[in-house]
Amino acid sequence: MNAQMISMIALVRKETTRVLRIWVQTLIPPGITMSLYFIIFGTLIGRRIGEMDGYPYMEYIAPGLIMMSVITNSYGNVVGSFFNAKIQRHIEELLVSPMTEASIVIGYLAGGIIRGLFVAAVVSVIALFFTDLNIKYPLLTFVVVVMTAGVFSLAGLLNAIFAKKFDDIAVIPSFVLAPLTYLGGVFYTVSLLPDFWQTISRFNPILYMVNSMRYSVLGTSDIEIIDGMLMIVGFFILLLFTSIYLLKKGIGIRD
Amino acid sequence: MKALSVSDLSKQYKNGVQALKSVNFEVNKGDFFALLGPNGAGKTTAIGIITSLVNKTSGSIQVFDSDIDHQLSLAKSYLGVVPQEINLNLFDKCINTLVNQAGFYGIPRSEAKKRAEDYLKQMNLWDKRNSNARDLSGGMKRRLMVARALVNKPRLLLLDEPTAGVDIETRRMMWNFLRELNEQGTTIILTTHYLEEAEQLCDRVAIIDEGEIIENDTMLNVLGKLKKEVFVLNIDGSIDVAPKIPGYETSLRSPREIEVSVSQSQGVNDIFTELKKLDIKVISMRNKTSRLEELFIELTNNRTKELEG
Repeated sequence: MNAQMISMIALVRKETTRVLRIWVQTLIPPGITMSLYFIIFGTLIGRRIGEMDGYPYMEYIAPGLIMMSVITNSYGNVVGSFFNAKIQRHIEELLVSPMTEASIVIGYLAGGIIRGLFVAAVVSVIALFFTDLNIKYPLLTFVVVVMTAGVFSLAGLLNAIFAKKFDDIAVIPSFVLAPLTYLGGVFYTVSLLPDFWQTISRFNPILYMVNSMRYSVLGTSDIEIIDGMLMIVGFFILLLFTSIYLLKKGIGIRD
Repeated sequence: MKALSVSDLSKQYKNGVQALKSVNFEVNKGDFFALLGPNGAGKTTAIGIITSLVNKTSGSIQVFDSDIDHQLSLAKSYLGVVPQEINLNLFDKCINTLVNQAGFYGIPRSEAKKRAEDYLKQMNLWDKRNSNARDLSGGMKRRLMVARALVNKPRLLLLDEPTAGVDIETRRMMWNFLRELNEQGTTIILTTHYLEEAEQLCDRVAIIDEGEIIENDTMLNVLGKLKKEVFVLNIDGSIDVAPKIPGYETSLRSPREIEVSVSQSQGVNDIFTELKKLDIKVISMRNKTSRLEELFIELTNNRTKELEG
């Protein structure tokens, strides 16, 4: 096997081990949070809402809730891991090695995607206690989860590259990611919104990811699936090359 | 083939500090090379640039003929580095630190595990293999960093103050280990503030001050440039006043110790003859400080005076 491949696998293994080693921090909290969402929004409030877009409310929000945990956790995984490596300076273990910047990015990316998949699995199992999950397009579901986890892993990496202090890694999730996720159609169809807000919503990339997931699971969506996939793939490519470029330049990691 | 060629290397940090000013030096294959200088002289910056942890402003670096601008991965595959500051993942087990590092160098996992075991044993850390790095003492962390730097079997090992803060026993153990490593063919570059360490281990030395190389020669030649050495003589009995020895500067360090300055052109035989005449019996004799330390102070002081003048 090629040396770059071995080094990339070593990093992926290290990142995966980290996710599993601290499973109480990485896998349990999303399980608890999503259980609460299912109980409060699905069972208690959802009963009064009835149907959304022709589906029982619980069933309607399940794909969005899975996507929400994937987004938050893949982002959190990479931003936390990379920033800690920077602060403790053990990022130098990678920087002095012959690993290329692309291998480093792919290593962290894979770690984020793997956590995203684990969390998606945990939340899906929890969802089964509350509703039926008859996945309409399983392969598409898998692709959407992996690619979205990838997009947010890369976004987390960019955040960590620029972050200089712990506040810097808390700002984006709190002030950008959370609002965009809540306004991204997890709990409602944007067709309920006035035209102006519908138009505004279409500038929210998370809307495309949540609706791609909903389409792959239920077969219904506020957007064309092709638009959703283009958005996800487009963001993935853009963030991937930006991350590699920044690491090559040494921004945020070299003096 | 040179293990390392540094040409016209300059580094200016964003805050305007010029850490390196067109530095040139070469390290031969098999050398044990000391890179010395006062704090802030530019040693760590130079090592940072060689290992690609710091971006250079200008200049070129070749590691075993591989240019870091064009063949960075290949150049880095030859290197092992022990940085000045502890940079371990404190939550990783010692064994994982080494296995992972080997993996980052493209070494297959089965081989990585063997090497990790090997180096942990050599560094007397095998008992701690399953401990997290944060649970190690300062000296153990240093040893772990040395083991980590060796796990890819580097041809050129860069040690930036590897024995800072470790006890004497560990330091001696590391000296012996590094000597053996060098004898086996590994080229070593060492920066240290313990000049005795450099004098004991290294065969070549460069002294850097204010970002410029002010001395670069074999250890033997460099020490030959020492204009004056100070010896401490332990005497039998005690005296109140320093004895006068014609041609030598003497002072009393304690009632039982005489300090004598000996310039390069003088020998030490006359000292004993004169002391014998004064009925003073010398029991033992030693250098006041390491010779390299005296030279280092001489050179850096001269330079400070030049810059101020």
